[in-house]
Amino acid sequence: MPIEPPVVRLDGLVKTFRGHLGLGKHVAVDGLTLEVRRGEIFGLLGPNGAGKTTTLKTMMGLLRPDRGEVRLLGLSPTDPAARARVGFLPENPYFYDYLTGEEFLDFYGRLHGIPAAERRRRIAEILARVGLEGRSRGSLRKFSKGMVQRIGLAQALLHRPELVVLDEPMSGLDPIGRREVRDLILAQREAGRTVFFSSHILQDAEMLCDRVAILVRGRVRYEGTLDALGDRQPRWFEVAIVGPVPAEWSGEVCSSQGGQTLVRVPDVETLTRLLAATPAAGGQVVSVWPRRETLEDLFLRHVGAAAEGGA
Amino acid sequence: MTATAEAAPRRPRVTAAVGAIALNTFREAVRDRILYLLLAFALLMIVSSRVLSMLTVGDEGKIIKDLGLSSISIFGVLTSVFVGVSLVFKEIDKRTVYTLLANPVRRWQFVVGKFAGLALVLLMNVVLMSAALVALLLARGDTVLRLVPAIVLIYVELLLVTAFAFLFSSFANPILSAIGTVATYVVGHLSWSFELLKDRVPEGAPRVLCDVLHAALPNLDRLDVKARVVHDLAVPGPFLGWAALYGVSYALAVLVVACVVFERRDFN
Repeated sequence: MPIEPPVVRLDGLVKTFRGHLGLGKHVAVDGLTLEVRRGEIFGLLGPNGAGKTTTLKTMMGLLRPDRGEVRLLGLSPTDPAARARVGFLPENPYFYDYLTGEEFLDFYGRLHGIPAAERRRRIAEILARVGLEGRSRGSLRKFSKGMVQRIGLAQALLHRPELVVLDEPMSGLDPIGRREVRDLILAQREAGRTVFFSSHILQDAEMLCDRVAILVRGRVRYEGTLDALGDRQPRWFEVAIVGPVPAEWSGEVCSSQGGQTLVRVPDVETLTRLLAATPAAGGQVVSVWPRRETLEDLFLRHVGAAAEGGA
Repeated sequence: MTATAEAAPRRPRVTAAVGAIALNTFREAVRDRILYLLLAFALLMIVSSRVLSMLTVGDEGKIIKDLGLSSISIFGVLTSVFVGVSLVFKEIDKRTVYTLLANPVRRWQFVVGKFAGLALVLLMNVVLMSAALVALLLARGDTVLRLVPAIVLIYVELLLVTAFAFLFSSFANPILSAIGTVATYVVGHLSWSFELLKDRVPEGAPRVLCDVLHAALPNLDRLDVKARVVHDLAVPGPFLGWAALYGVSYALAVLVVACVVFERRDFN
């Protein structure tokens, strides 16, 4: 049985931009190598200016890489056959505001060569899916930001792509809108699609992604599963003590409230010593919380390390 | 049903994307008030030519034809320049091009689709303005059949001007594109001056340069038969055919260059 190529393969991608009047050079993406397999939800995370949008635009053939290669479903993104199997939603999308929602989707359906009757059926279906049923006859000019985002998702999904590429899909949405978009992304995985999205909202990534890559200044600083993040050894412990805290740990107190003191200890040996010393000091341990690294901790660690390294 | 189990995506016909983009461009233009403003002004000019003809010494019919045809040409060129230079730029500026080109659309299909859409808009404008002029002349009992070659060649000229507007807007901003297009239009109507200049410059490179410029720049006078038509002179069929072929071929060549330039663009 032939091995299926990765749905997304970026190999040593480099993209630089020239400054004003062609002066200076800014490296937006610096040797990015990634692979995304079928059925995954992959999050490309990073602070503003990390190179996320440049990566996505290069993936869609809107920018030409200086070096390296992009393969979507084994094909070059410049090949329309690849783009016929991919749905894309750019960041802060702006659409033809002189069209109604239905006309807008009909236009994109035509670009994919979907026959008229099938287009009508799919448009009705996708509008219901994104919660715009009965609201699509108005012009896009009158759509709220959340509605624009949802109609944008509808155009990305109308042709039933195998890969969905979303640039900051939750950006600027209220909590209800974010939840709706999250549910839509999860539904894509249920339908067997692969989702590749960029975000700087870590909470959303944590809820959705099977794997993430953290991009800082155009380079991948971390790539891995979020499960691996959860399985890691605790990075520290937080111990709640009622009564006096042993003197040795008085410098490790995080907070003190309502007679309860929270002490932070770095490892199991220290924890064992604290648990033994507390009753002797006249205190009582009421709870111990092992703290594992969250995506936010990981993100801040890698962004911070990059800033310190100056790379 | 999973995405992989679904039927493989159909490969859209080459013309499907061009047709969809042309229709969308036509929709954009006809829903834009500026187009109606230009059209209303042109129609007003044509109708007012009737009044002007009564106030002027000479054959009233000729004056109406002259003013009418000039109005069709001038307002057509204004539409070609101002709508033409903004169509591609607006797609890039408002980032609608991102989602469009992320679909199975080749860049040349985008350029050709936009061009075809504007060509359709110009056709609609020319037909409406010509209908107003014809109605005015028929009301006076004038003949109108001899206007047809002039109107056809005005339309061909508009296609050529639009192709230049697309070429400039494939790499420059709308202001520079408009300046470039208008300059080409003016030079195109003065290309005969290179022939005169040739006799006044020294032999050798300067004369060769005059020949090259005369041959390379569009000769828009070839498409201008307004004076003949106004004076009720017939335009021979072969002349009309060759002139139309010249204009259409030139427009296609310019459009091909615009497609090549657009193909190499990055969308930051």
